Amino acid sequence: MSETQSNATTDLCIEIRNMNKWYGDFHVLKNINLAVTRGEKIVICGPSGSGKSTMIRCINRLEEHQEGDIIVDGTELTNDLKNIDAVRREVGMVFQHFNLFPHLTVLENCTLAPIWVRKVPKAEAEATAMEFLERVKIPEQANKYPGQLSGGQQQRVAIARSLCMRPNIMLFDEPTSALDPEMIKEVLDTMVSLAEEGITMLCVTHEMGFAKKVADRVIFMDEGEIIESNTPHEFFDNPQHDRTKLFLSQILGH
Amino acid sequence: MTKETYAPGTHPSLPPPKNTVGVIYWLKENLFSSATNSIVTLVSIYLLYLALPSAINWLFIDATYVGTTRKDCAPDGACLAFIGERFNLFVYGFYPAELRWRVNLATLLLVVAGAAVLWDKIPARKQMLKFAMVYPFIGAWLLTGGFGLEPVGTHLFGGLMLTLTIGVTGIVFSLPLGILLALGRQSDLPIIKYFCIGFIEFIRGVPLITLLFVASTMLSYFLPPGTTFDLLMRVLIMVTLFASAYMAEVIRGGLQALPKGQLEAAESLGLNYGQAMRFIILPQALKISIPGIVNTFIGLYKDSTLVIVIGLLDPLGIGRASVADSDWLGLSTEVYLFVAVFFFISCFGMARYSLYLENKLNTGHKR
Repeated sequence: MSETQSNATTDLCIEIRNMNKWYGDFHVLKNINLAVTRGEKIVICGPSGSGKSTMIRCINRLEEHQEGDIIVDGTELTNDLKNIDAVRREVGMVFQHFNLFPHLTVLENCTLAPIWVRKVPKAEAEATAMEFLERVKIPEQANKYPGQLSGGQQQRVAIARSLCMRPNIMLFDEPTSALDPEMIKEVLDTMVSLAEEGITMLCVTHEMGFAKKVADRVIFMDEGEIIESNTPHEFFDNPQHDRTKLFLSQILGH
Repeated sequence: MTKETYAPGTHPSLPPPKNTVGVIYWLKENLFSSATNSIVTLVSIYLLYLALPSAINWLFIDATYVGTTRKDCAPDGACLAFIGERFNLFVYGFYPAELRWRVNLATLLLVVAGAAVLWDKIPARKQMLKFAMVYPFIGAWLLTGGFGLEPVGTHLFGGLMLTLTIGVTGIVFSLPLGILLALGRQSDLPIIKYFCIGFIEFIRGVPLITLLFVASTMLSYFLPPGTTFDLLMRVLIMVTLFASAYMAEVIRGGLQALPKGQLEAAESLGLNYGQAMRFIILPQALKISIPGIVNTFIGLYKDSTLVIVIGLLDPLGIGRASVADSDWLGLSTEVYLFVAVFFFISCFGMARYSLYLENKLNTGHKR
């Protein structure tokens, strides 16, 4: 991945074209167009119910779109299960509620998918898992069960679990929203160090400090539409739309 | 009493106060916590005092253990000699006496196979599990004969071995069938989904006795004339199908109790449907369902007494026949007590095992 960074401007990693999605009659995503280049860090924000989570969940087909194209790493998402599996292997996801597997140890959480999906030998998968657990600074918890860890530790395990599949793209769906304030920092630190390594990142979050620090682009969504997309500097200091200004005044107002 | 004082941040953890631990405290808290509670406790003790000595006298002290006729039995005690006299009938039914070693061997191997499945610390478990996989065939071969063994008709099966045959077969086959039905009921494919729903609702809507009658009489109308389909085989199929419908609903409850995020996490890691079910969803759903699953097992095991209506004699059936024996009149208490004890031991065993399993699988995520 890192060799291709030089021509990052032309190397499209995710391409969403004229994408629409409905839940029954409810039009949740309206004509979404988004191109993400390799290595780009994107922060997506917006009021609740604006469709930001739904949009990133369409990228690994946890949600199905009804119109338009989504192309991830050259593979188009259709009903073809092979394509879906291929995309999911390359796209890691971190959830608001961690979604660790409670009946497996931390180490087993991290090795299950590499062993069964990537067909990596067990010993190698465990070595990789320990490496990533060290990266998120909890190797000593490897043989515990998720229920024995704090929320922040669980979320870091969830990040390590995704990384063990060696994805090209990481999706974060409000990774710090379910955490106690004192644990948010440890998760954000992990995400910042990940960003510095050049992985492509899409992150739904309200942590504006994180956005300012690592994002190449901030996207603001409201009522299923992308309202504004800009560099963090422009986005925070010079928002273009009234809706964006209102949102920023509400979240930065105190 | 003076309290020690500690500077902020230096308070050590202290043991609980003396009057909140120990036997006296337990008695006070649990048996005599209020006036009503004390009265209930005392009345209970009085009732036990009235009932226990005479029951013990009847069952142990005045009981007759050895004897060959009704006259050998003491008038005021239990006539357990009768049970001893009929013991082989209770255990083997009408299985030919000279071939009973085959039943014994099958039971012994069942214990070995069962230990491999139920107890994960057994030595060489992998090999043992392979043995457990082929055991049903070995067991069936030993019991019914053929392939070099003298054949024994299933109409000779009876007593405890019949209960075990029905119970074990039902338990072994209804669990996987129930899992498939539960997953099928949630399928996106309408044909599979509606077939599973129809099957489950039909079986649940019909009493087991009806199904057993269907098994014993109606099936022969539907099958081509001349085909003989073993009666016990029909019973086994019906009991298994019956239990599997209940099992499916119990497991569906477990599946629905899982947060949606578990499947999403599995999918986002690239696991396919089969892998997600096998490694993530089913282990958790089955764990949640253990009480219900074992409940269904116990129900199935006890329902096996219903085979009496189609002429198969399980321990209860043998008991009823024995009570009617004119040489041994008036022994229904002893006989039914014996049958009850037999069923209680088996069912209580299952219940305790399910508790053990729940504890073992508890990984502390219920904090």
